[in-house]
Amino acid sequence: MQFFQPMLDGLYATFIYDDRWVLFVRGLGYTLLISLFAVLFGLILGILAALGRLSKSKILNWIAGLYIDVIRGTPTMVQVLIFYFVILAGARSIPAWFVGVIAFSINSGAYIAEIVRGGILSINKGQTEAGRSLGLTQAQTMRLIIMPQTLKNILPALVNEFIVLIKETAVIGMINNIDLLGAAKKVQTLTYDFLWPLLSCAIIYYVVIKIFSLLLSRLEKRLRASDDRR
Amino acid sequence: MSMIEVKNLKKSFGDHVVLKNITESIEKGEKIVVIGPSGSGKSTFLRCINRLEEPTDGHIYIDGEDICDKKCNINHVREKMGMVFQQFNLFPHLTVLENITLAPLNVKKQNKDSAKRRAMELLKTVGLEEKADAYPGQLSGGQQQRIAIARALAMDPEIMLFDEPTSALDPEMVGEVLDVMKKLADEGMTMVVVTHEMGFAREIASRVFFMDEGIVYEQGTPSEIFDTPQNPRTKSFLSKIL
Repeated sequence: MQFFQPMLDGLYATFIYDDRWVLFVRGLGYTLLISLFAVLFGLILGILAALGRLSKSKILNWIAGLYIDVIRGTPTMVQVLIFYFVILAGARSIPAWFVGVIAFSINSGAYIAEIVRGGILSINKGQTEAGRSLGLTQAQTMRLIIMPQTLKNILPALVNEFIVLIKETAVIGMINNIDLLGAAKKVQTLTYDFLWPLLSCAIIYYVVIKIFSLLLSRLEKRLRASDDRR
Repeated sequence: MSMIEVKNLKKSFGDHVVLKNITESIEKGEKIVVIGPSGSGKSTFLRCINRLEEPTDGHIYIDGEDICDKKCNINHVREKMGMVFQQFNLFPHLTVLENITLAPLNVKKQNKDSAKRRAMELLKTVGLEEKADAYPGQLSGGQQQRIAIARALAMDPEIMLFDEPTSALDPEMVGEVLDVMKKLADEGMTMVVVTHEMGFAREIASRVFFMDEGIVYEQGTPSEIFDTPQNPRTKSFLSKIL
């Protein structure tokens, strides 16, 4: 008992006293909210940018290329700060989490674009030819034949990117401590203790990502039902 | 009006000229078998007919419509032409039934029930009814190719193009695919077949095209081509493979 006392004290001060667990729950809520939308919009943006890079149109090609180049070439943290303090500086009514969704979607989309492009290029040309020879349009062939196979093949790489994204949302703390790490920081300043707030924060992140990757590996198994590889 | 009319067709890839100048017409119900050494342009010729390859010059009329015309809706013309590939190219993420009904549902906007009924009929024709819910990866090469034929037939095409349909198959599976093609020929389908199966050519062809170096060197009935070839190139090619 003697041995565990400091730990119990630490956890009590971190979570129970003054209902500080509410801070963690709220912070986790924002982290999940930002992550969820950023994953969703990042994927959409990434697919669009990949299609742009693969399109015959020089303009679309150039726009998509520039987007990917600029976003990959600058730090996420700087991008978030620019969005909040420069681009959206005049729109202070926009909540910080929403700025986060925009910034992280745009950031993630650039990386996803290259994953998707690689995936599309890995599909045998015969698939497109078979689709077109049946009278399907280019767009139908992409949507019904190429994309489903691409998404299945790139799922492991996408999961990787999503995990990076979930963790990277902690950067939102640069503009507002609304997220999970922000909650830990707030508690830190109240208790003058670094160990328990940070350790708790790390464990919560770990559990969230564990659940997320388990769910997606189950999805992957389902999608693999049509082939023999496991 | 011919079913397929090819006028001065030329195709090059960069500096490499594959088709030099082809002018042929193919009537409704004819079965054309295209033979020739590899690199002679047979496959390119076939692929130009449904514009999987863009012709460099010339005209191709399908049922009177010029598919080389910029204004031509190629997707619409392709509905009338089925194509079967050497590598089958079934869609691996879809079941056999979904492979066959994909185009009827999305291009012809058929309703699900009638598309499925038609697909099951076709599966019966190719002898693979019991494979409706299987995935392509679970089937043998011969079975996959028969499904690919059924998939093309589901659009009720007027013309069927075959690009070396048996070349990727194990020898014991060639027969089952050729049988399906013979059945199709007997039903009066207009067919253009690129193949190395000379026995098949002799049996079903109304005309045989011998291609080499990007032109049709010689053509005629199977017996003209196989028994009394006139051109020395045809003779030397046939002596190598027969």
